[in-house]
Amino acid sequence: MSSMATWFNDFWSTYSTLVFTVGVHAMMALSLWLTLSCGLLSLANAAFMGIGAYASALLTLQAGWSFPAVLLAGGVAPALVALVIGVPVLRLSGVYLAMATLAFGEVVRITILNMDITGGPEGLNGIPLATEGWHILLLLALTIYVLHRLRRSKVGRAFESIKEDEVAARLMGINVARYKLLAFVLGSFIAGVAGALNAHFTFFISPREYGFENAVDFLTMTVLGGTSGLVGPILGGTILTLLPELLRFLHDFRSLVNGAVLVLVVLFLPKGIWEPRRVRAWWVRRTGVSK
Amino acid sequence: MSNTLLSIRNVSKRFGGLHVLQDVNFEVPAGSIYGLIGPNGAGKTTVFNLVTGLLQPNGGNIDFQGESLLGLPSHRITHRGIARTFQNIRIFKEMDLLENVMVGLHDHLEYGTLGLLFNTPGYCRAEKKARERALELLTWVGLDHKADLLADSLSYGDQRKLEFARALATEPKLLLLDEPVAGMNPSEKTVLMEEIRNIRDRGYGVFMIEHDMRFVMGLCDRIAVLNFGRIIAEGNPDQIRNNPDVIEAYLGKEDDQ
Repeated sequence: MSSMATWFNDFWSTYSTLVFTVGVHAMMALSLWLTLSCGLLSLANAAFMGIGAYASALLTLQAGWSFPAVLLAGGVAPALVALVIGVPVLRLSGVYLAMATLAFGEVVRITILNMDITGGPEGLNGIPLATEGWHILLLLALTIYVLHRLRRSKVGRAFESIKEDEVAARLMGINVARYKLLAFVLGSFIAGVAGALNAHFTFFISPREYGFENAVDFLTMTVLGGTSGLVGPILGGTILTLLPELLRFLHDFRSLVNGAVLVLVVLFLPKGIWEPRRVRAWWVRRTGVSK
Repeated sequence: MSNTLLSIRNVSKRFGGLHVLQDVNFEVPAGSIYGLIGPNGAGKTTVFNLVTGLLQPNGGNIDFQGESLLGLPSHRITHRGIARTFQNIRIFKEMDLLENVMVGLHDHLEYGTLGLLFNTPGYCRAEKKARERALELLTWVGLDHKADLLADSLSYGDQRKLEFARALATEPKLLLLDEPVAGMNPSEKTVLMEEIRNIRDRGYGVFMIEHDMRFVMGLCDRIAVLNFGRIIAEGNPDQIRNNPDVIEAYLGKEDDQ
């Protein structure tokens, strides 16, 4: 009767973690998109994810908080940290900001590595599997909704103008420092919630998952997907999570082909895979000429 | 006194050992067009950067409507009613024209986080009004038919016009124009001249830096001449035209070959 059901059960028991990871990575790519949309090249988001993951896991394990409360706390904890470090760090821009946030990420990783309550290098084990598919779907949808609304408002326009020309934005009456802080803190909140979701389906977390490599991975997802819209980061997060799995049959050549795909995309689609605006502008120009 | 919009008193600015401005004094009256001219490197753009808060003076005072602007961040100065354009155009190239102007309306869009998140009637009304206002300003500079193009695709002259519309969107009382006609053809210059006069006639103050002498002399009510960081002359166009110091600064002395 149920070879189909059996097949699905097999598939799900093997791949549910992968599907969940796609959702979490999409959220991470969106959180990076938010800071990038304000012109901030911040590499702190992996660390914020880690703070969210550890804060939520510890609240579950030690304080017995309910899952919704733990998710919220997972977002609030890194947001508070972002608020404190954002004020001095966001005075930097470009690669200097990238370096400072990178250093912050390392500080967070090493702190987690050396604390007792976090289990140090052993990580935290036995986190209850509270995350379900619809949790991730709902929170991802909520993230997309909020970012979409922001984009369509004066806040989104302020972000974009800061990205394009900070001085001109300032002279349009925009409080640049405040909007940068807003993007940074909101981005850290999203990353923290993603971390909390992640912690509650992987059973186990360790400091290694929130280091430099992950920070760069998330940045790659966003940039590869394209930063001009919300579809890009989701696409980038999905592709970069699935690609290594799809290439599994290549065995030893897997990472080689994975890298080649990235290089090709960057070479031929420098603005990312999803770039609707250029296409539309090109179309208008084209049809305008042909008329 | 009550007629003075912007007053610059004993302002000096040094970059390291270089005195860019020394003891600069002049007043921009409301409802008039004021010109600041001078040879390249005289310090004209520095005056604009001081007024808009991008730089702070080493001495002196800058008052706008009787209140000091010293120490204020740029966005607060914009809020007080000063807008500017740039010598090297600084539009938002990856945004369309309408969005560019709507950024200028930022301060005048009043809706809270809830309105923004839930698309409330208040939010929709404010956004719609801003959109209409932006389109009106684009019409005013003759760019309304390009409202949904990326600013990047505009010609040099059109980019200047866009910057002009964007500056007006902040609803300034004083508009600072840094070489507004650079890169424009003669007929565009004539149109812009008319537009600037219109702004003045509505009671705004206009303060401009310009190299095009015909444009300045034809348009400005008063002119100050800056040379090597000092004001060497101040007066109406005729006085400036006949001032020997000004002639010397621009053309050199007769025995100076």
